[in-house]
Amino acid sequence: MIEKVIFTIDGVEVTANKGDTIIKAALEQGIYIPHLCYHPDLKPFGGCRLCVVEIEGRGLTISCKALVEEGINVVTENPEISKMRRVAAELLIVNHYTDCLQCAKNTECKLQEIAARIGIEEGRLQRLKRGTRNISIDYSNPFFIRDHNKCVLCGICVRTCDEIQGISSIDFTFRGHETKVSTFKDKPILESTCESCGECVVRCPVGSLVPKEVHKPSYEVKTICPYCGCGCGIHLGVRAGRVVGVQGDRESPVNQGELCVKGRFGYTFINHPDRLTTPLIRRNGRLEEASWEEALDLVASSFQEVQEKYGPESLGGLSSARVTNEDNYLFQKLLRSIGSNSVDCCARLCHAATVVGLATTTGSGAMTNPISDIEECKTILVVGSNPSSNHPIVNYRIRRAVKKGSRLIVIDPLRIPLAEIADVYLQHKAGTDVALFNGMMAVILREGLVDRNFIAQRTNGFEYLQEFIMERYSLDSVSEITGVPVKDIEQAARLYATASSASIFYCMGVTQHTCGTENVLALINLAMATGNFGKPHTGVNPLRGQNNVQGACDMGCLPHVLPGYQPLHSDCTTYWQRLACKEDEGAAELITALEFDFYGKSPQAVPAGKVSDHIRTKFSKAWGVELSDIPGRTINDMFHPNPGRWCKALYIMGENPLISSPDLQHVREAIESLDFLVVQDIFLTEVAQMADVVLPAASFAEKEGTFTNTERRVQRIHRAIQPVGQSKPDWEIIQAIAQKLNLPWKYQSPKEIWDEMRQLTPHYFGGMSYERLEEQGLQWPCPTEEHPGTLIMHHKSWCGEENRFSRGIGQFSTVDYRPLATERPDADYPFVLTTARKLYQYHTRSMTGRVEGLNELLNEERLQINPMDAKKLRINTEDRVRVTSARGSVETSVEITDLVPVGVVSMSFHFAKSAANVLTNPAVCSMSVTAELKVSTVNIEKIERRGVPK
Amino acid sequence: MSGKTCLVCLGTGCVSAGADQIYEDLRQEVSRLGLSDVTVDFTGCHGCCQCGPIVVVEPEGIFYSQVTTEDVHEIVEFHLRDGKPVKRLFYHDPVTNEAIAHYRDIMFYSKQQRAVLLNCGHINPENIDDYLEAGGYQALRRVLLELHPEQVIDEVKRSELRGLGGAGFPTGKKWEACLKVLGEKKYVICNADEGDPGAFQDRSVLEGDPHSVLEGMIIAGYAVGAKEGYIYVRAEYPLAVKRLQIAIAQARESGFLSKNILSSGFDFDIDIFQGAGAFVCGESTALVLSLEGKRGMPNPLPRPRTTEVGLKDKPTLLNNVKTFANIRWIINKGADWFASIGTEKSKGSAVFSLTGKIENCGLIEVPMGITLREIIFDIGGGIPEGKVFKAVQTGGPSGGCLPASLLNVPVDFDSLTTAGSMMGSGGMVVMDDSTCMVDVARYFLEFTEKESCGQCSLCRLGSSQMLGILRAISEGKGKIEDIDILIELGEAIKIGSLCGLGQSAPNPVITTIRYFRDEYEAHIYEKKCPALVCKDLISYHILPDKCNACMICLRNCPVEAIKGGKKEVHVIDQDKCNRCGVCISVCPKRFSAVECIPGRLIEGGLK
Repeated sequence: MIEKVIFTIDGVEVTANKGDTIIKAALEQGIYIPHLCYHPDLKPFGGCRLCVVEIEGRGLTISCKALVEEGINVVTENPEISKMRRVAAELLIVNHYTDCLQCAKNTECKLQEIAARIGIEEGRLQRLKRGTRNISIDYSNPFFIRDHNKCVLCGICVRTCDEIQGISSIDFTFRGHETKVSTFKDKPILESTCESCGECVVRCPVGSLVPKEVHKPSYEVKTICPYCGCGCGIHLGVRAGRVVGVQGDRESPVNQGELCVKGRFGYTFINHPDRLTTPLIRRNGRLEEASWEEALDLVASSFQEVQEKYGPESLGGLSSARVTNEDNYLFQKLLRSIGSNSVDCCARLCHAATVVGLATTTGSGAMTNPISDIEECKTILVVGSNPSSNHPIVNYRIRRAVKKGSRLIVIDPLRIPLAEIADVYLQHKAGTDVALFNGMMAVILREGLVDRNFIAQRTNGFEYLQEFIMERYSLDSVSEITGVPVKDIEQAARLYATASSASIFYCMGVTQHTCGTENVLALINLAMATGNFGKPHTGVNPLRGQNNVQGACDMGCLPHVLPGYQPLHSDCTTYWQRLACKEDEGAAELITALEFDFYGKSPQAVPAGKVSDHIRTKFSKAWGVELSDIPGRTINDMFHPNPGRWCKALYIMGENPLISSPDLQHVREAIESLDFLVVQDIFLTEVAQMADVVLPAASFAEKEGTFTNTERRVQRIHRAIQPVGQSKPDWEIIQAIAQKLNLPWKYQSPKEIWDEMRQLTPHYFGGMSYERLEEQGLQWPCPTEEHPGTLIMHHKSWCGEENRFSRGIGQFSTVDYRPLATERPDADYPFVLTTARKLYQYHTRSMTGRVEGLNELLNEERLQINPMDAKKLRINTEDRVRVTSARGSVETSVEITDLVPVGVVSMSFHFAKSAANVLTNPAVCSMSVTAELKVSTVNIEKIERRGVPK
Repeated sequence: MSGKTCLVCLGTGCVSAGADQIYEDLRQEVSRLGLSDVTVDFTGCHGCCQCGPIVVVEPEGIFYSQVTTEDVHEIVEFHLRDGKPVKRLFYHDPVTNEAIAHYRDIMFYSKQQRAVLLNCGHINPENIDDYLEAGGYQALRRVLLELHPEQVIDEVKRSELRGLGGAGFPTGKKWEACLKVLGEKKYVICNADEGDPGAFQDRSVLEGDPHSVLEGMIIAGYAVGAKEGYIYVRAEYPLAVKRLQIAIAQARESGFLSKNILSSGFDFDIDIFQGAGAFVCGESTALVLSLEGKRGMPNPLPRPRTTEVGLKDKPTLLNNVKTFANIRWIINKGADWFASIGTEKSKGSAVFSLTGKIENCGLIEVPMGITLREIIFDIGGGIPEGKVFKAVQTGGPSGGCLPASLLNVPVDFDSLTTAGSMMGSGGMVVMDDSTCMVDVARYFLEFTEKESCGQCSLCRLGSSQMLGILRAISEGKGKIEDIDILIELGEAIKIGSLCGLGQSAPNPVITTIRYFRDEYEAHIYEKKCPALVCKDLISYHILPDKCNACMICLRNCPVEAIKGGKKEVHVIDQDKCNRCGVCISVCPKRFSAVECIPGRLIEGGLK
């Protein structure tokens, strides 16, 4: 309960929360106090001097800083204050370039508000000298304009960049009348460290920072951002049937109104002329416009043909991490209903190793703790993840945490931006994660930094791990393997293990290895040994890449599980099956828990081998079809070097494997070999261009449904505009195909789909009605209508026991470093290529590639290479190079930077022109089938003249 | 040693006049003549900078002023060897023009009461032994070995010492507050960010007696429970920085700094931080930010005191150089002794940089309560060139200008504030009747306007608005309502500004309007600058009956504004004339044909 304080403002009794400032209390009561530099999100600045009030008996004070106190009498205006306030307002106005009618902030401008409230007289203004500053306007940023001639130096932009975003790319410079807000060295904002998030633009109280595109919307629709897995709440601004702007949703628990550059400015793809507006059918080798009827008929008949010819399993589907849960649910339902379990999604390429590692040892494969936890973590360990580019909202939170005193450990072969503010940065050799994590574990064990109670009460297998680590891992050898100094390993281990709460954040740098699952398991060991599970501000937190990649997995778009990770078959080599066959106690417990939830009975151990039969029966009954238990193909199988594993027909929804999958040469061959390819997307992507049929889908802005973000939060999205052209929401298209295939589907809305799914996966989604999801969403598991959702995993088991992992007892794993797990550089391919992502582009650029401003910020691939290597190869900044691996070769521009160590180069996989995945290694992690995208050996040659290497 | 010691002042003032060469020459000359019983050494500033370079010969206390390298031979041969002081180089009293041989007889010094400056000019600041001989570090020894922190603070409280950085906050109270804040880590900071134009008292203390500041800081550290200290000194004070570095190194070596000081178990060490020269960084919270590597901007009230939340958010004791330099006297001589000096509410002495239109420019230390008249006319020797006193500005660029009618105001914190000025950091600028008060106000405001940190609207925009108006007035473009606007703006800025800089910046303007309103009115109504300073409001005129048609002014005029020829009386073309004053300076004294008059001349009359 927050303590209340009663006091008076101008004689009116006011009740406020203790700790509030006077101005906050006043404004909340509808009592206006003039202000310019005050912002509720930011620390007091006291610069504008307009909010000065008198506290009776104490004199003047600024109400943006003075706190409410019991019994004080606040006077908002007296002759002294009004004289001073008037002068301050007049001075600000005569020094402000006023073109109000043309100004983007007209009617929203705080200076206008002040002028109106105080009552400005022209005669008094004319007595004063007009400001004569004439500072050239900075148009450099593609999204916003900086006009210092309107700046009132309230510092809100400076404080936003520092306090909210933690970037600090601007500050006050010069003194006196010359004071202004500048970047480092007063360069154009584009040449600064600015990340173009636009948070300052949103908060600027005057017309000094305004977006370049200013179309005020006629209405706004609350929904969820379509980019990364953070799942930020947004309001889409709509005018005349088009999306004209995005505002952060201040009520969202994820982003509290903050957005990154893509989220705020990357919306113009929605109404882009390239959008697919009609179905296309390949006729005489060319894609031509067709009617829906023609296209759907062709799809249905082709599916049937292929299945008749090669068997039902010959049809495969790639689902999308960008469409809704409802779309994904229907997609896998369709494939399975017509006899194929070969449905997979891009999670295979990113966090499959996480799902295996985390689910096996803890019972759940997702982020354990919420994003809102981050700011209070005592120690944060970021490993193999660059949130600055990939999860900006998480990045801002981590930066704020560090400002508040959290300790930060960064582990990454690339010197990511967060490394600059880390307490300790471990730059290990790519692919040596297991050795490093085990090394840290050795320090923790040696120094007795483990949580003995936690281990004793909640885990299995610690003794074995302890023996294994102490026997095999000396710090000297770890240091030699990883290239990290012993003292840094020790420091990191101590910082992590001694903190009262420590949280791990990781990403592709951990999972995209042939030892990806082992990496995850070794990380989990660290958290388990130190008791960092099931409590606030702790946990093991995989950051998911796309807006609904979590949902696509949850919905069963994986070949071996049905929605809610319910095992489909008991006789194939998937991790569930491995788990079941282990016959250890923990495994039995997990299975029992699932069983318990399905039938509402008391826990009863079912023989592990029988569980999948029960589940398949349940789904068969519900869907009215007999489900196959033949194992489906993963993405890896669909594009495997061995053509024997390929499908004969593929249904690809919102996915672009021709850019995103490893070893593109094989992907292309596999796709070319298909009898039939149908691609459903919003744009004619690289893979769509090869399709037999292209189906135009509606974008996120044009449909209803739900997305599940990285922290397991299921959130509602809403239709803001009608689907462009003839495009349709994905679920409608899938249903139409199903109906053509004689399936008796009659969904009227996504809600019906959602409710069906909920009934079949009560242990995850039982309590998540659309009504309950409306405001802030809910985090799974949420089994009943009364359940509040689960902020933090692993304080309760699936069976409901307190102080247990989801699976019951947490399982330590003993994983050993395997030197040969990854490719080693040799004379032919002397460099290690590691792929990454960039802030300004997203996935295969189907969306961001259509946002002009984002392309202005980054429009081509730039291979990052260390200055020493560049010097050796005589490469300059403007040169182009050819990068070659055993699998292929691409040309690219370069960026010479010591963010990459000697011997390592980095490329993003976004650009089709310099597609890094031509080079990458299709070898996979045997447990999760995640590909080795982070270590591929390459050779680099300078291209002396365009296309003619010397 | 029974022989003579020849001390050369190597303060920044004397060095800039060539004292370092004099020092070298003296040493060479003494050694050339083989005067084995003569020691040549150097000291910090004596204060009487007008007299520099200064050479003092002890033990007699003979004071040579304005010495040049040419004089070295004479001093060595006649005085040091033969014992016959060189009369020619004695100090000459500006009033009586009497040559005075001895330091002690010079009015400039005899009226002063020196504690902070006692050692300055008498010891070698780069030699800790000199300081020890003068009783240095005895206070520290006593504090560490005999007194509890509470007792130290009690002594400082009883002395009623007030902070000499300008605000005059009771020092003992501040120390007590810092002691009472619980905290593992505390800091002591010495504020040596002396930024006022014309002020150099902190610099002189640091250059002349650095150990006295260190001793004060160490005692403060012991009293409040701090183990680390910083001296925030401007980078523009290289000599002070160098001498501080030497002093710190020597103090460490002698066991007065670092671990287990004087075997008492108390640890304390001091680091130097060089500020980048922003005036506002003298403000305590801005100074702390600057020390943390951030932009120095004051933290607005309400906020915890620096004693509670200071450097790195830890309790921090921040005092001025002179405040720290006073501590050892309070410990050595007792709080009662200190409290017996000065007035009821302002105890001890005040150090001023006396500059401007005055005979004895320099550094003075006087007991609180002395009148402005005594300072200016007794110690300062009055106004030179027979001109008349007009005003004195105290307290730095944002102090007020007080007229002759207030010459009997006692110099202490409260009296000066009542008169519309302030003690400030101790600048004192004397003006004579050739000073234009509008111009003075403009000059000081120009400084504060430039140095405003830009954070608060009133100071940033208000001072530049006022400056614009003042410029217009001095250019003859003033309007009737301008005086009222200046007052209105000035009062708003004083009430509403965020920090002391803004709150005091309008003082020179407001006080000059209060005491010299007629001058403003002359500028505005009559378009005349009575003091003949504002170039746009004066004219040069050649008196036809005195002009000898010598062509000298005509040839020297840089803008070819003078017409005439041989045997043809010269006339200044007022449209072309830029009022540079070359004509008046080159016109032969015997003619004195050029005159400067207030107002602008147009064909025969005033504009």
